[in-house]
Amino acid sequence: MNTQILLSAQTLDIQSCIDWIMSPESGGIDVFIGTVRNATKGKKVLRLDFEAYEPMAISEMNKIAAQAFERWPIQKILIHHRTGLLQVGEVPVVIAVSAAHRDAAFDACRYIIDTLKQTVPIWKKESFEDGDVWVAAHP
Amino acid sequence: MKINILAFGVAKEIFGSSEVSLEMTNDATISNLKYLLEQQYPRLKQLSSYMLAVNNEYALPGDTIHERDEIAIIPPVSGG
Repeated sequence: MNTQILLSAQTLDIQSCIDWIMSPESGGIDVFIGTVRNATKGKKVLRLDFEAYEPMAISEMNKIAAQAFERWPIQKILIHHRTGLLQVGEVPVVIAVSAAHRDAAFDACRYIIDTLKQTVPIWKKESFEDGDVWVAAHP
Repeated sequence: MKINILAFGVAKEIFGSSEVSLEMTNDATISNLKYLLEQQYPRLKQLSSYMLAVNNEYALPGDTIHERDEIAIIPPVSGG
């Protein structure tokens, strides 16, 4: 298998992601690690709560991986995403791509995270000291 | 036909539930469903946008809905 996709309520294990994506054929791996930031527009963020429409989220992540394989000469793709409550500094998403040459790995990794944010049915609620907000829900 | 709609994120708060049921005619489309939902839950119109999914695929306005389709309302996504 050249694609590994996971939605998990457990802490993501970054080292095991890297171990899985490495291969003797690869000249480089590109890893994007999303982390929970402590503020949004100057307001202190207490935590994030992630919810997913799981079967569709898995299906959309597989589509993005298939598109990336069509566009770039890459070897493996890993997409792991969290659900549930995350504290500041925790990791909601890990994307890893391996390729023979770095340009394809960088470009595909960027494409995967950018597209994931646009199409995959996962939602996050930011908790502030004065209440909760579903990110991007309202103009 | 009776259809069930799954709700996530802010839509779950607007519906007050993670699933609602509606009665529709047999040849109903996604546009018809959006209209009905917005009549019953006017706060949907305040969202930046939202999509409907049928059987785990984003649906187009003209798509027809069938009984037992899995339908979900997809408010603006914000993963990553």
